Amino acid sequence: MNQEFIFFLQILVSGLLSGLMYSLVAIGFVLIYKASGVFNFAQGSMVLSAGLTFVGFLEMNLFEGATNFYICIGIAAVVMVVVGVVVERVALRHLVNTSLLTLFMATVGLSYIFEGMSQYVWGGEVHELPLERHTGIVDIPLNVPILEGFTVSQFDLFGAGIAGTLVLILALFFQKTRTGMFLRAVADNHMAAISVGIPLNRMWAIVWATAGIISLVAGIMWGARLGVQFTLSVVAMKAVPVFIVGGFTSITGAIVAGLIVGASENLGEIYITELTGTGGGVQNWAPYMVALIIILIRPSGLFGQKSIERI
Amino acid sequence: MNDKRTIGGTILKVENVSVVFGGVKAVSGIGFEVREGEICAIVGPNGAGKSSMLNVLNGIYCMEPGGSITFEGVKHYKIAPMQAAKLGIGRTFQNLALFKGMSVLDNIMTGRTLKMKSTFIEQMFYYGRPHREEMENRQKAEEIIEFLQIEGIRKTLVGKLPYGLQKRVELGRALAAEPKLLLLDEPMAGMNIEEKQDMSTFVLEVNRELGTTIVLIEHDMGVVMDISDHVVVLDYGRKIGDGTPAEVSVNQEVINAYLGVAHEG
Repeated sequence: MNQEFIFFLQILVSGLLSGLMYSLVAIGFVLIYKASGVFNFAQGSMVLSAGLTFVGFLEMNLFEGATNFYICIGIAAVVMVVVGVVVERVALRHLVNTSLLTLFMATVGLSYIFEGMSQYVWGGEVHELPLERHTGIVDIPLNVPILEGFTVSQFDLFGAGIAGTLVLILALFFQKTRTGMFLRAVADNHMAAISVGIPLNRMWAIVWATAGIISLVAGIMWGARLGVQFTLSVVAMKAVPVFIVGGFTSITGAIVAGLIVGASENLGEIYITELTGTGGGVQNWAPYMVALIIILIRPSGLFGQKSIERI
Repeated sequence: MNDKRTIGGTILKVENVSVVFGGVKAVSGIGFEVREGEICAIVGPNGAGKSSMLNVLNGIYCMEPGGSITFEGVKHYKIAPMQAAKLGIGRTFQNLALFKGMSVLDNIMTGRTLKMKSTFIEQMFYYGRPHREEMENRQKAEEIIEFLQIEGIRKTLVGKLPYGLQKRVELGRALAAEPKLLLLDEPMAGMNIEEKQDMSTFVLEVNRELGTTIVLIEHDMGVVMDISDHVVVLDYGRKIGDGTPAEVSVNQEVINAYLGVAHEG
């Protein structure tokens, strides 16, 4: 088969797969936005905290071999759930019925607390997180038999699988469980939710706890790729265009947008650089450019709810 | 319509309730009683404190110290929204508070919130109790849908419905909780005559057939005189009239508030 086409395919697929890694983080944004209508600035630092907590426990070597890895996931998940509940109890409960900007500022404050506290407890150095040693998932490219020269990273495939599973679980949770329905109700209209007796506080605690667990998944996956370190909280900024393109409130949107952003990042890096003969760095701005163009065409993103307001 | 209700003793007693926003006294020292099974209308010009009064009753606003609300013989000095829902106080809002992204059926199902006992873990497996509960609640929701004659739109997203129907769905959601006391904030505002007639019929049916005590705010005096047993008139946060529709309509202070006073000299 045409060599150039295989090269294109290679770039496209690896872009799509790495885009799903951004989706992992973007789903966290979507959850909190859905429930409280606020952009959670602290999502990135939650990813960092979750990653650091996980690695911290992992390196204590409390258990033998692979069990250690899975038990530490459990411990870190419990920690993140507790953090979610505490955030609701200490901060958000007192901010019910305040403006969205106030809530947003609270998340900005929380982001610094998360960053500071997690580094205070676990230290600021870079921790390696080799998945291969713990789980046997090797990062050796897989060859695809029919396409000669075309390879897929096993790690990326694994990441995509995780993202897919997560979306499936969340979709079932929101559509099929009573709690999921209450969460949709809270997201839709606080006042109405209160009047029918939906416990708003508990719902927010559930959302933040869930966002904490998602941060843990993102923290592990990104930690395995970049090492668990401070830059993890910056990765979240890469997920912002995904969140915007997907339309703020849609989990499916976050996945589709992840694919679009990932692909545009990779394709842009290769082909725009080649076309213009410039020095690269296209992948740093391409996602934002895509987000900008999509907002211009569809102001509420690809899967966002169109809001109609009476004036 | 056959009147199955029996007007009983006092179900709700409001004593010396005041609401203050900064320096503005929206409600000052109001007291009135509502008997079980009656329809009580709160009327008054704009800004008289009617909605504030309802907001106190279902816990959205806090009253000033010194006031109290006695519901079914239990005296409360403050009520939280959750507590109001648990006491059996249902509510609709002046500016509609519906879940616009959810279907009519789902909206009405959320009204059953406090009737659901199964835990989150049980729901995840959807076996046994949650399944039974779901069936019961669905049954109840369907009854309400039939009662309000909105069978045709049960799967429609509420945000897509015309205003009059949205108001009806909101009433349905409040009814789903099987409230003992139903607070309706301007249930007929912005409706045409036909819609008003329909809504009046529903309100009367709820009262007559289910025996639900209703406190409603309404501007249309024709409607108020027709359907209510008892009228409380507010003006500038004070109570200026209280009695049967016939008594209130001849009260000089009420007439002044509504029609204005001739100034002498």
